[in-house]
Amino acid sequence: MKLLTLNFLTCAVKSCKSTSASFPLHPKDCELVSDTLKSDPKLLFNILPRLDWSALSTTASELGFPGLPPSAPTKEELEANEKLFHDLHTLLLETHISEGSLVCANCGHSYKIKEGIANFLLPNHLV
Amino acid sequence: MSRPEDILPPDLHYNDTEAKKYTTSSRIQNIQVSMTHRALELLDLQNPSMILDVGCGSGLSGEILTSVEPSEGGPHIWVGMDISASMLDVALQRDVEGDLMLADIGQGVPFRAGSFDAAISISAIQWLCNADSSEVSPAGRLSRFFNGLYASLKRGGRAVCQFYPKNDQQRTMISGAAIKAGFGAGILEDDPGTKNSKIYLVLTVGGSAAEGNGGDITGVVKGMEYVNVLDARRKHREKGRDFKKGSKAWIISKKEQMERKGKVVKHNSKYTGRKRHIAF
Ligand SMILES: C[S@@+](CC[C@H](N)C(=O)[O-])C[C@H]1O[C@@H](n2cnc3c(N)ncnc32)[C@H](O)[C@@H]1O
Ligand SMILES: [Zn+2]
Repeated sequence: MKLLTLNFLTCAVKSCKSTSASFPLHPKDCELVSDTLKSDPKLLFNILPRLDWSALSTTASELGFPGLPPSAPTKEELEANEKLFHDLHTLLLETHISEGSLVCANCGHSYKIKEGIANFLLPNHLV
Repeated sequence: MSRPEDILPPDLHYNDTEAKKYTTSSRIQNIQVSMTHRALELLDLQNPSMILDVGCGSGLSGEILTSVEPSEGGPHIWVGMDISASMLDVALQRDVEGDLMLADIGQGVPFRAGSFDAAISISAIQWLCNADSSEVSPAGRLSRFFNGLYASLKRGGRAVCQFYPKNDQQRTMISGAAIKAGFGAGILEDDPGTKNSKIYLVLTVGGSAAEGNGGDITGVVKGMEYVNVLDARRKHREKGRDFKKGSKAWIISKKEQMERKGKVVKHNSKYTGRKRHIAF
């Protein structure tokens, strides 16, 4: 699973719907792999305004990546800063979680990831 | 022919054998590919987008999203949800580009509000009406799905769901659940009345046209043949005139009323007012 996707995923448990503590999910014992994907400015600029930057910073630091800028760059800043653009592309679109789990800070539910596929099936009483 | 939906829940129907058989059938491949192209046409995405593929299976639909040329507004990236581990396993072996999740759409769509530019679903959502291992009713599962889908799309976003309703009741149950969740909804039927008939539920999330290319459903389906626009707002339409209810004159007067309100209506023809099977 791409780190980009993690920036949008929330806990699926019913009682977590209305609380902000259920986002982002926290990677635990995760193995990362990197994949190459042709970078596409149009795609990144499209997604940029929708990123939750503080969640992304949390994820990056939990996975041991060097710190992100304190706030989201603007499109213009990214256009002017090739390295930042490239780093962001690599972090969001080329970095995948292949094994491990995602844990909700609110309810403690742990979603397993195997071969990059996160398991979001829930027992009925949690839905 | 019996429908697999009537026999087993989807995660059991799509086991390893069936998943392989499904994905390697060139007949199925061709159909899924052409329906995905049709859905993309209806989404009308201008830029590389982030798309949710609902019931992505082995990735036959998703791969098309990856392969859209830059000149056509692509390539898109996608996240696929599916309840069948066997189907996802085949997707892995085929090395598809999208992110895959094992998930039951009848339990909801676990993404924060406004995550996706668009969503597609090809040949999957009719499963929500059927035999299932969970104790929850089809109506409850449909409502969770459409509520979750609605929230996960950005304002101005669209979803196109091709599906195979068993009968008119299922078709109404599905489109009704979508409207109840807040979507603007329309149904497009290709080759109606034939055995190749294909039904597309076209859904829009409110928002100004300036925000994206979503906007009102009437714009989406304008000029298309065999389009019925469903709209919760229709409930409040004016009282009929003095024509006999159901007569051709009555229908034409209704159509004029709707046209004035900006709805899409079909051209009047010699068939206007005759009984048809495609009814909502
Ligand atoms: C006919 S296949 C279509 C797969 C893919 N969209 C394609 O075009 O090839 C239908 C898929 O819907 C999935 N499905 C059915 N019910 C589901 C549910 N409740 N949640 C998630 N996926 C479901 C099935 O597992 C199956 O993979
Ligand atoms: Zn939770």
